[in-house]
Amino acid sequence: MKRIIRKNRVRSFHQARWNEPIIFELGSAGERGILVPKAEEEIVEKVGNGFDSIPAGMRRSVPLKLPEINQKRVLMHYLRLSQETLGGNINIEIGQGTCTVKYNPVVNDKLAASEKMSELHPLQDTSTTQGILEIIHRTDLMMREISGMDHFSFQAAGGSQATMTMASIVRMYHRLRGEEEQRDEIITTVYSHPSDAAAPALKGYKIITIMADENGRPDYEAFKAAVSERTAAFVVANPEDTGIFNPRIKEFTDLVTKAGGLNCYDQANANGLYGIARAREAGFHMCYFNLHKSFGTPHGCGGPGSGAVGVISELRDFLPKPLVEFDGEKYFLDYDIKNSIGKVRAFIGTPQVVLKAYSWIMSLGAEGLYEVAKVASLNNVYLIKRLLEYKGLELPYREDVQRIEQARYTMEKIAKDTGFSSGDIARRVMDFGMHIWSSHHPFYIPDPLTLEPTETPSMEDLEEYVETLHHILGEAYNNPEIIKSAPNNSTIHMVDESSMDDPDQWCPTWRVYQEKTKVE
Amino acid sequence: MKVYGFKNHPYIPNSGPEVQKKMLDYLGLKSLEDLHAEIPEELKLNRPLDLPKPYGSEYELRRAVEKLLSKNMTAKEYLNFLGAGCWQHYVPAICDEVNSRSEFLTAYAGEPYNDHGRFQTLFEYESLVAELLDMEVVNVPTFDWGQAAATSIRMASRMTGRGGALVVGTIDPDRSMIIENYCDPGVKISKLAYDEKTGMMDLEDLKVKLSSNIAAVYFENPSFLGFLETKGSEISRLAHEAGAVSIVGVDPSSLGVIEPPSAYGADIICGDLQPLGMHMNYGGGQSGFISTRNEERFVMEFPSRLFGVAPTIVEGEYGFGDVAYERTSFGNLREKGKEYVGTQTALLGITAGVYLSTMGPKGMEELGQNIIQKSQYTIKELSELKGVVGSRLEGFSFKEFVVDFNGTGKTVEEINEALLQKGIFGGKDLSKAFPEMGQCALYCVTEVHMKEDIDRLVSAIKEIVEE
Amino acid sequence: MMKIGLIVNPIAGMGGRVGLKGTDGEDTLIRAIQMGAISEAPEKTIKALQQLLPIKEQLLVFTCSGDMGENETVQAGLYYEVVYISGRNTTSDDTVLAASSMKELGISLLIFAGGDGTARDIYRAIGQEVPVIGIPAGVKIHSPVYGNTPKAAGKLAAEFLSGRQVQLVDEEVIDIDEEAYRNDVVMTQLYGYLKVPVIDKWIQNKKAPTPLSDKASQMSIALDIADNIVKDIFYLIGPGSTTKALMDVLKLKKTLLGVDIIRNRELVKADCNEDEILRIIGDSETELIITPTGGQGYLLGRGNQQLSPKVLGKIGKRNITIIATEGKLIQLNGNPLRVYTGDEGLDKELSGYYKVRIGYGMSRMYKVEG
Repeated sequence: MKRIIRKNRVRSFHQARWNEPIIFELGSAGERGILVPKAEEEIVEKVGNGFDSIPAGMRRSVPLKLPEINQKRVLMHYLRLSQETLGGNINIEIGQGTCTVKYNPVVNDKLAASEKMSELHPLQDTSTTQGILEIIHRTDLMMREISGMDHFSFQAAGGSQATMTMASIVRMYHRLRGEEEQRDEIITTVYSHPSDAAAPALKGYKIITIMADENGRPDYEAFKAAVSERTAAFVVANPEDTGIFNPRIKEFTDLVTKAGGLNCYDQANANGLYGIARAREAGFHMCYFNLHKSFGTPHGCGGPGSGAVGVISELRDFLPKPLVEFDGEKYFLDYDIKNSIGKVRAFIGTPQVVLKAYSWIMSLGAEGLYEVAKVASLNNVYLIKRLLEYKGLELPYREDVQRIEQARYTMEKIAKDTGFSSGDIARRVMDFGMHIWSSHHPFYIPDPLTLEPTETPSMEDLEEYVETLHHILGEAYNNPEIIKSAPNNSTIHMVDESSMDDPDQWCPTWRVYQEKTKVE
Repeated sequence: MKVYGFKNHPYIPNSGPEVQKKMLDYLGLKSLEDLHAEIPEELKLNRPLDLPKPYGSEYELRRAVEKLLSKNMTAKEYLNFLGAGCWQHYVPAICDEVNSRSEFLTAYAGEPYNDHGRFQTLFEYESLVAELLDMEVVNVPTFDWGQAAATSIRMASRMTGRGGALVVGTIDPDRSMIIENYCDPGVKISKLAYDEKTGMMDLEDLKVKLSSNIAAVYFENPSFLGFLETKGSEISRLAHEAGAVSIVGVDPSSLGVIEPPSAYGADIICGDLQPLGMHMNYGGGQSGFISTRNEERFVMEFPSRLFGVAPTIVEGEYGFGDVAYERTSFGNLREKGKEYVGTQTALLGITAGVYLSTMGPKGMEELGQNIIQKSQYTIKELSELKGVVGSRLEGFSFKEFVVDFNGTGKTVEEINEALLQKGIFGGKDLSKAFPEMGQCALYCVTEVHMKEDIDRLVSAIKEIVEE
Repeated sequence: MMKIGLIVNPIAGMGGRVGLKGTDGEDTLIRAIQMGAISEAPEKTIKALQQLLPIKEQLLVFTCSGDMGENETVQAGLYYEVVYISGRNTTSDDTVLAASSMKELGISLLIFAGGDGTARDIYRAIGQEVPVIGIPAGVKIHSPVYGNTPKAAGKLAAEFLSGRQVQLVDEEVIDIDEEAYRNDVVMTQLYGYLKVPVIDKWIQNKKAPTPLSDKASQMSIALDIADNIVKDIFYLIGPGSTTKALMDVLKLKKTLLGVDIIRNRELVKADCNEDEILRIIGDSETELIITPTGGQGYLLGRGNQQLSPKVLGKIGKRNITIIATEGKLIQLNGNPLRVYTGDEGLDKELSGYYKVRIGYGMSRMYKVEG
């Protein structure tokens, strides 16, 4: 028997390529994907065919041009498309920096798929939903300990919505003190998430942003100059998207508290902090976590997720209603929240996501969470050192400032030498079954790459990523053609995006595409 | 502080002491404590977190969580007639199959190359919903109906430069709260009066309130209370005459049989995708869509991503990308960044696409028909009971209807309590939100209700009101 | 048939390779040639022109004889017509004359190869009447009117001529003090503005909205200021394209290189000198709106003679509003904005952190140093 030798240092990969048609091109007239129950004879006898009772002019007259496809073909279509999607559980997910794409344990999905979770109506009498209410409440208690905050709401269903929730609380807080008009400014930093500016801006605030000093941390002097009696709040991530932690954060929050403002902590980058540093000790009045990032619940292609918002006790009465509470005997929904901002999302949020987070925390405990934070950082610092062995890849600001759980690099030198940008490298990384991400815009750091390993990859996984990236950076010098033409081993080839910004050409749906491309 | 941790945890490959030593050696560090060097001592917690002891094995974890969940009684074990923004429909097995595929479940923000499947399914969902609504542009979905309505109103405000919006008086108070918080400050929301007999909008009140400061008129079809607003054309016409945008919120499960709002002047259509293949999930299955015609002035106002189809450099290949990603509409640079984009409910959009491609036009028609027949039957049977009016509001109701118990002398609370004892979730109590109606409840009947279920409800209520 | 113009400054860049910084002035040029400098502009021009080959059938290039454009066009393989004959050693005047005649011939785009000097000559000839694209081929490239590389410049021209979605923006033409530069001191000043096509396309990562393009940013800043203009106070509007956007919103004409005074949304006087300013504002409350110009982040001084210490004294630090696009600030690479009024004490007083307006309701804390 011949021994099968595997000696590639980089993966010989090809993504699935089915070249599937668009769904509208499948099936033919008369095919059915599923049969729908018909009303019993006695019912039809009593009320007729149903259509006749629809008021004049309200019956659908516009033909419904959905495709007619048999069930197997529908399934084949979507299974094939799923093969053409690079899920976090399939690849070494280091490349989606700031997104914290870690292992989503499958047991949690199985638990959430249970009918005891999925078949609950949100308005059922709470005596019938004690199980899920208890899970939510327990998660609330655990997150209080993790953050130092006194109360959590899980109503916001995403990070940006959570930030909007915090900004709403800020407004309500100052409104009740009669300082709403006076306090019309919110301060944030350039390396916090763009939503930390956008959500407060939506809530009517003027935004002041602070740049980084020469060490990559928010400039204290600039910040001091920005804080005034007009400051409503400070919204910031720490560590920031560069992976750099601001050691003077308490000085910042103290300034704001003294000036009468509130400190809001965007904890999207919490993965390296469990059991090490918390919102409370850093002087924050409220914070939020992305359960679909730090707490291991799946991203779902972009949701559903959950943004858990925690506040100190003085701010509990501003939270959106209802809150899940326990009266000593049973769990209930408390709608009597005195100064509540009202609601940010229907019902109480995304309980099935909270369930997955609960389960994740309970499989780790305090020791496990500490291990998560330590290994996330260990993996990151290791990755940095290994990657920087490649001359040309650099850490902006100071290389001796230890990053926490992620890092933003710059390939400026390589870009100058070869003409290739972060985007070009990203298209080539796909040929190896991986991702790489540059940065939010605008690029404050030229030719950026942002990587976040989390605690999920093994050393072997890290090595594979490093070898691959080194290999590609080498290709930028020695084999530029292969990068120019990338991706070649992905599902499709380079997209011609020229129509995307042209109102006369863009096609946001199939029917518009049909219209724009019809042959006369 | 004692160094502690969880060694050799299945989710943390590098938690093994040996591999950690190797890595630390390479880094020139002595222990894990040498990490986090940038965090000053004063900020460090310096004690273990006080959390419950974790489960030592996956088996114990699963057993414990399942035990907690077993305290729930589901809408399958009980007979459920609740609606009011979240509805119990049959979820085809294929929907569960597709959205539990790990590739879709755990993907996030890859490119149109390595996440081609994600882009195509979302483009297809946009296109399928566009057919249902008879519109041309549909967003990658947002959080829920309330958010979709709130964003639609803000879009209208940007387009018209006006700071007021008129909203139907029969809107769900909870949904109204979402809209009000999102629109504050910036757009002032005012409610419109409605006819007490039919629930429909009071057009005289609309005419009075339509000023040059109104950016949008928002109404729903079916209403939160279940009735159909039949004067949509008139409402849209009045809105347009005043320079306002017509926004209609819809339940997409009705559109197999009911005319879409595009036929009666709607400029923006919004609503919830949950009925299209999402389990209720205790309220976690909501997903909001926003839809317009393909006109630049509308497209430029969407804060969401819009996926479009485009060719690639290889003949015959479908590629995808973001339409009008920069969306810099010069006329409206005042709204600093146009809301925000982030994680919302993409997987539910994909599921809705699977649902619509499985149901097809016939399936959606049959669904609508079945719902109408079942709810009409329920209304009829309930009306036979002494003191009960099966549908208080005159006119046609789709899926949901207001059952009037005032004649029974019992409160909805009492009735629902008794129904609960009989294993039935009665309709939502409307007495607080709509006090002028007295003791009324919002009942929801869908294709999951068989005749025997409805008969059981009727006889249960009969027993309760006659005792 | 699309008509475009092409002017090449064949001696551009010759100073750099041999360690001289530029070739302005015949002496420097002779030294450069003695040191073995070879002309690079022609080769770079050909590279750029080759990007236009896909549309060659619709294109006619008006150009100058010999190395000033004809030779390069022939080598690139495009259709052309010589409209200006130059001598052996081309001068600044040649550039100006050539550009003017091409403008008269109705070109839709002028491509030129050279450095800041060439850009200034072009500006003198055509101002903002014709869009231009610069092929970088000089040592002194401080003006942002060039593509990043010859190839990029060519590609940009191709996109613009193909009717693709392209914006025209005002880009600064920079004047630099030659003598100082040769002694390693960079002193720049705003000379004028050219209209340059710009495509800013972000290709990757669409998880968060892109910030507005520079032009849109300028508009949003302008709207913010315009919406909040206070009755009865004077506003001094400094030079710059960002401040011009403000005047555009108010539907007033702006002196790109000068200081205009407005009040109650109307123009009081355009292009004022120091005396006029002092006379008009007297002791009334006045607000100064300025933006960094001329490269290197200079706010005051370096050409802002009208905003003298006397004027600034009347206005007061509190009434100074700085506006700038985020793109402009990023170009500063963390360096502070500068003021150089000539009065050291005043420079110190004006130093500190300012809330620089970068969008509607958006500011950046930025350091200003004297």
